[in-house]
Amino acid sequence: MPSLEYYIVLSTILFCIGVWGVLRSRNAIVVFMAIELMLNAVNLSLVAFASHMKGILANIIQNIPADKIPDLIQTSTASGQVYAILVMTVAAAEAAVGLAIIISIYRMKDSVNVDDINIMKW
Amino acid sequence: MAEDQIKTLVALVPIFPLLGFLINGFFNKKLPEKLVGIIGSGSVFLSFILSVWSFILLIGLPEHARFIHANWFDWIISGSFAAGFSFLYDPLSSVMMLVVTGVGFLIHVYSIGYMHGDAGYSRYFAYLNLFTFAMLMLVMGDNLILLYLGWEGVGLCSYLLIGFWFHKKSASDAGKKAFIVNRIGDFGFALGVFLIFWTFASAGHPTVSLSEISHLAPELLVAGGGIVTAITLLLFLGATGKSAQIPLFVWLPDAMEGPTPVSALIHAATMVTAGVYMVARLSAVFVLAPVTMAVIAIIGVTTALFAATIGLVQNDIKRVLAYSTVSQLGYMFLACGVGAFASGIFHLMTHAFFKALLFLGAGSVMHALAGELDLRKMGGLRKYMPRTFITMFIATLAISGVPLFSGFFSKDEILYNAFTSQYGHPILWALGLIAAILTAFYMFRLLFMTFYGKSRMDPEVEKHAHESPNAMTVPLMILAVLALIGGYIGLPHALGGGAWFEKFLEPVFSGAHAGASEAAHHSYLVEYLLMFASIIAAGIGILMAYMSYIGNPQRPKALAEKFSGIYKVLLNKYYVDEFYNFIIVQPIVTGSLFLWKIFDVKIVDGIANGSAALIGWISAKSRTVHTGLVRNYALMFVLGVVVLLGFVFFR
Repeated sequence: MPSLEYYIVLSTILFCIGVWGVLRSRNAIVVFMAIELMLNAVNLSLVAFASHMKGILANIIQNIPADKIPDLIQTSTASGQVYAILVMTVAAAEAAVGLAIIISIYRMKDSVNVDDINIMKW
Repeated sequence: MAEDQIKTLVALVPIFPLLGFLINGFFNKKLPEKLVGIIGSGSVFLSFILSVWSFILLIGLPEHARFIHANWFDWIISGSFAAGFSFLYDPLSSVMMLVVTGVGFLIHVYSIGYMHGDAGYSRYFAYLNLFTFAMLMLVMGDNLILLYLGWEGVGLCSYLLIGFWFHKKSASDAGKKAFIVNRIGDFGFALGVFLIFWTFASAGHPTVSLSEISHLAPELLVAGGGIVTAITLLLFLGATGKSAQIPLFVWLPDAMEGPTPVSALIHAATMVTAGVYMVARLSAVFVLAPVTMAVIAIIGVTTALFAATIGLVQNDIKRVLAYSTVSQLGYMFLACGVGAFASGIFHLMTHAFFKALLFLGAGSVMHALAGELDLRKMGGLRKYMPRTFITMFIATLAISGVPLFSGFFSKDEILYNAFTSQYGHPILWALGLIAAILTAFYMFRLLFMTFYGKSRMDPEVEKHAHESPNAMTVPLMILAVLALIGGYIGLPHALGGGAWFEKFLEPVFSGAHAGASEAAHHSYLVEYLLMFASIIAAGIGILMAYMSYIGNPQRPKALAEKFSGIYKVLLNKYYVDEFYNFIIVQPIVTGSLFLWKIFDVKIVDGIANGSAALIGWISAKSRTVHTGLVRNYALMFVLGVVVLLGFVFFR
């Protein structure tokens, strides 16, 4: 298994692409996709950390009794993966709401260009 | 027991005027005029009866037992400070109570006739009763705090009654002037009270009780020391305000804007004598400060002379009487200043009789002449109003110091003491004597101009000139009897009397006299000579007035033209009002205008409005950040995260 650093670098690259996409693109759908990319970059790092939990914990915690460590590893690995699933559900819900908003904006403005939408101006 | 009986009686005395005030005050316009008058004067009459009753009981007690304290309840308690709601009934307060309720009652009755038909009838009687209540508190209180309560209470009533006809600007102005000038004096008085308490408390006797203060003063205060001088001077400043002495006398002549019975009651007979009462009450403290005694005597005699000279040329009948009051109060302070406190109180009492009578007589004249005040528009009134004329004639004789009348005995005694007392000085006596000549002159001038000679009235007014109703003339007559015989209770030994009044008050002032060495004994010869001088003085004054206003009516005019400079100065009251106006009032007005227009409007308001405007400006500028474009928000969001992360990493 590749070491943790690869995953972190990959995740960072994906996240930065996402940020760049949000800032650069004018099409609301693309912005939306960029956000999904950011979320999944985070997901990647979450699962990567989870699977490397054993080594991390061994480095960080030395004074935990040896017989407690397997339980701790079990819990920690599980929670990282559970988090990733949680993010996916939130992303799914967000996608549903976000797409609905984009559709209604398109109906109103005939456009999904975010630069055309400034109805919340001061 | 007589003592318990007295306690109860005395406690009831102030209650009746208070009830009268409450009834007349709260049922203002719902009561018929007659009932208002009956409640108003009846309550004071009941107080008078009780005062007489307790006075009779007091005389029945042996001399040393004539000090009755009654503590009714604890009023203010704070730490070591305790002021009870307590009364002190002794010869001094008994005399004051008799004067206040007795003369007060007569003036209340007079007011029934005088104020008849006035729109503020019940308001007037409510104020008058409240005044009586406050004045009784002042003379009965056993501690400085209760005295102060009365002191301020009478000041308030004075203000309310001077400005009784408040729709007249001059009246409301005069009320304000009286109140403000009195504030200056009361400020000193309050400081004096604080200083007394502070001094006594630091010596281990935290007390404001008048009897305790008098008792402990020789022990705790260094005679002639700085503290006692400061205390007494501050207290005397209060007295100059309330009793209209130099430099704070300016309010009293203006106070004549009030109804005439008010001038008689408050500004002649009772309230203005509060200062004399206070000095006499605290005589044990005052005698410890020879400097203050000298100041009191000098201010007293100067005021007596000063006000008398102004009175010579005034043409307003009430103003003449007002300056006369100031002058007579000066005599009382002269008496206190030379240590003759009993004589001061004696003059206070006789003055209350004849000056109240003079004011009421003047009111009667005004009543007859449709409110005319100018002496130059009177004359020959003798035949229209014989009762007023005779009673006023008696009062004039009394105030001028004509022998056998009350004023003679009291004034003569003051002059005698000014000459012989260890605090006295022949110069004080001489100045007092000159003032006596002037007094006789201006009083007879007033009498002659009003009642003698040819009528100078408007024919229209003359047609209606009439004697006043009985409600007004009967009090005049009673007061005339008092002005006639009131002096005999203090008939001096030299004239075969027993000086009973002095003897009666003696225990009150024993503390004051204990410290002083026995005054040099003068033979009756000196007393006779001084008496003779007083008689001559009165005679000269009367003769001069007669020659000027009856013998040769052109003479005053000729004199006024000859000495037009002096005449003008006197007529304008030495320009004291103008001087105060220039020195004090104008700078304050200018300063206040600066504070208002510049400091308040520009700076205070400027800070408040400016900060609001600044915030508004910043907000107007900064809200443009909200473009409504989602990409701008996202950019800022990212930048924020970058900054935060940078902060975390490179901190």
